[in-house]
Amino acid sequence: MVVPHPETWLRVLPQGLYCEPGGFFIDPLRAVDRAVITHGHSDHARAGHQAVLATPDTLAIMRARMGAERAGESQQPLAYGEPLDIRGVQVTLRPAGHVLGSAQIVMEWRGSRAVVSGDYKRQDDPTCAPFEPVECDVFVTEATFGFPVFRHPPPAHEIAKLLKSLALFPERTHVIGAYSLGKSQRVIALLREAGWDGPIYIHGALTSLCALYEERGVRLGDLRAATAAKKEVLKGAIVVAPPAACADRWGRRLNDPVIARASGWMRVRQRAKMAGVELPMIISDHADWDDLLRSIAEAQAPEVWVTHGSEEALIHALSLRQIRGRALRLVGYEGEEPGEEAPDERASAPPEPGDHLPPVAEGAA
Amino acid sequence: MTPFAALLERLLFTPGRLAKIALLRDYFAHTPDPDRGYALAAIAGDLSFVAAKPAMIREITMARVDATLFEWSYDYVGDLAETVALIWPDTAPGVAPRLSEVVDALHDTSKAALPARIAGWLDLCDPSERIALLKLITGGLRVGASARLAKIALGEMAGLPADDIEEVWHGLLPPYLPLFDWLEGRAPKPDAAGAPVFRPTMLAHPLEEADAASIDWDAFRAEWKWDGIRVQLVATSGGKRLYTRTAEDISHAFPEILAAMHFLGVLDGELLVLRDGQVAPFADLQQRLNRKSPTAKMLAEFPAAVRLYDILFDGDEDLRALPFDARRQRLEAWYAQENPERMDLSPLIDFAGPEDLAQLRLGARAASIEGLMLKRGDAPYLAGRPKGPWWKWKRDPLSIDAVLMYAQRGHGRRSSIYSDYTFGLWRDDGVLVPVGKAYSGITDQELNFLDSWVRNHTTSRFGPVREVEKALVLEIIFDAAQLSTRHKSGVALRFPRISRIRTDKPAAEADRLSSLMARVVRSGIAKGETLVEAPAAAN
Repeated sequence: MVVPHPETWLRVLPQGLYCEPGGFFIDPLRAVDRAVITHGHSDHARAGHQAVLATPDTLAIMRARMGAERAGESQQPLAYGEPLDIRGVQVTLRPAGHVLGSAQIVMEWRGSRAVVSGDYKRQDDPTCAPFEPVECDVFVTEATFGFPVFRHPPPAHEIAKLLKSLALFPERTHVIGAYSLGKSQRVIALLREAGWDGPIYIHGALTSLCALYEERGVRLGDLRAATAAKKEVLKGAIVVAPPAACADRWGRRLNDPVIARASGWMRVRQRAKMAGVELPMIISDHADWDDLLRSIAEAQAPEVWVTHGSEEALIHALSLRQIRGRALRLVGYEGEEPGEEAPDERASAPPEPGDHLPPVAEGAA
Repeated sequence: MTPFAALLERLLFTPGRLAKIALLRDYFAHTPDPDRGYALAAIAGDLSFVAAKPAMIREITMARVDATLFEWSYDYVGDLAETVALIWPDTAPGVAPRLSEVVDALHDTSKAALPARIAGWLDLCDPSERIALLKLITGGLRVGASARLAKIALGEMAGLPADDIEEVWHGLLPPYLPLFDWLEGRAPKPDAAGAPVFRPTMLAHPLEEADAASIDWDAFRAEWKWDGIRVQLVATSGGKRLYTRTAEDISHAFPEILAAMHFLGVLDGELLVLRDGQVAPFADLQQRLNRKSPTAKMLAEFPAAVRLYDILFDGDEDLRALPFDARRQRLEAWYAQENPERMDLSPLIDFAGPEDLAQLRLGARAASIEGLMLKRGDAPYLAGRPKGPWWKWKRDPLSIDAVLMYAQRGHGRRSSIYSDYTFGLWRDDGVLVPVGKAYSGITDQELNFLDSWVRNHTTSRFGPVREVEKALVLEIIFDAAQLSTRHKSGVALRFPRISRIRTDKPAAEADRLSSLMARVVRSGIAKGETLVEAPAAAN
């Protein structure tokens, strides 16, 4: 029997990447009948699908963020590593190491295997299961940091920068701009690992997700509401907030703040400067250049499809390694913290994936 | 390299002056000799070695990185040193070389051996250290902190005023071991004998109405406050220097002044661009200040001169303890004898009483004059800004009603607030053209009002900048309007600031550009006698 090439059974449709024999879309960009979701960031997990399949953690995150009724008419949880047959396609979810619940979608059909990795990273993350490489015929990857200039340092190194700054400026509030889903919890967990066991103050947009992480077994320690705290209390405190809030009116409650930002984009100084950041922390939930190449090598796929990000450089690098690369150009996935050049104003800015902020009135968050 | 790189990275992103001082102080207190001395030299621009060429850096990088990936990355990052620092492959982790090791090696590595040496260092560094290293060796180090700031930090560390450091600074060389020995109490103050060191400048307080009421006018002498930059001319057996009042050595930028210094002594004056005895607008002087070494063309087009205010040393004789009147006599005698080129005396102004001066001040509208200086005849020359002996009495500002056009968020404490405003005036064809930018002059309450107004009236955004509806009038005050080819409107304002928010005034009734142009002073004034317009014209 001839093994069908994945390009004969995986198609790019306007709704997104479609598995034809299985009859489902992966991370569809608009509402569909059957969706398999890699993780809970809002550009991947959109509202209004009929049937949704994802890890239990991802389904919980979707319900928390969009409400149970918009998180899919029917929701089917599938644990990591458990195979499921969907109309002859065997689907397995493997950890992607991106955020809590994030999964690679492994699909096998008639002896041919494709892996859609979703967003992923290889660095240690105390808040989620580590990425598991899976050998396959086609590896579908992101390329958010698809330039060789992006190599993330060990996160402990970046946390140490923050703690050193706190020692140097003990009166100033250190506010870390971080995605409300995933990055915030990871930064908090990293601070705990580094020995910071005092209270950490959080923006209102983080409250429910931090509680959800705690419920699902991720210890975050003593978290307090930053909005309720007096300025006096926030002297020398660590505050975690969505990046948009730091530069906005909300940030005025902080005491002479040091504006930190946890993001892979902080690697490039001009970008950090333009974002008005005083303490860049290069902490990302996406694979850096070296880890993209390493993951591709470990997948041992002769062919790689790139969903979004800076695909040209990655495809060029693959060609040097005799791997066929192809850009899917799926429009709608935004990588890490898009639109940070104009980080305020939720009212008119496009919604930030991963930062599904409630429309906070000033002082209400 | 590691602490130095960490310092540079922090300074780059830190907007606040006090925070920068804290960072520098922490660095100097915790970094050993001689590294900290070389860092100080790097900040002060006092390191000299043959800089590595960008082409060579590119070449050693190409030996390790795919050319296409490098070009695309360079396009993306936009800065060569940073691109190389980030793309350089991480080899076996090592320990970055010390700053002193790098500086020493740059002195005695042959040109042929340099590329391998640099590549070897890059292998041992992390990206942040690589950027610091590359910026240092290519001479592109922009620290984001001045030498003055570093000296303030050193002073704080040792519990001394920064001016004490200035007094010895220019007699020292990197890595300044005697300086650190002194600051840390291991050695006496370094002896600057014979060296052309800077002497701390005497500064004036602004004269407020309350001060004016209690002043003993007979005890004071009056001079014009010229609109240039305050400088100190130092000529000793050890050399000649031209310093700003913050002790920055600007000798290289004004070779014609240095060439005219055939005397020994220390003088205080105002650096101006002077054409046929007429003071040119400040913008002309700025052309010169922006250049490290002027071209022959610039020397001819923007000839510099110094208008002398005071004499601190005549030869080796320290005159600073003498009263002003006695120093003035010495200055005039000295000037009569030396008659130096490119220098003249700032004249004393005769006056009978405060009314006289008030009239003179009101009428002083020449571009070259900021107002009046009042100096007590019996006061010695004191370091710093003592209250009482000297007053500056700036003329009242001019004002225009302008329309808010763009706003940008500020820095540091103002990073969440739209606090930088670009304003414009109407051209006769009904087009609004920007004429300036203002950051200051308003209360916190007014700032909050403007911030919300900007947020609620935004029409478009360009990165951090917002364009707003052309609907809010701001009363802008400024010290002078000068022609400028660098501004689209053709005019530049000196010290613009916001005096009032005119919510009562429709934008269409804001001032026209032509009415501002009418107030531009097109040339300087001769020596002092035609400085004064009829006072009636001042309002």
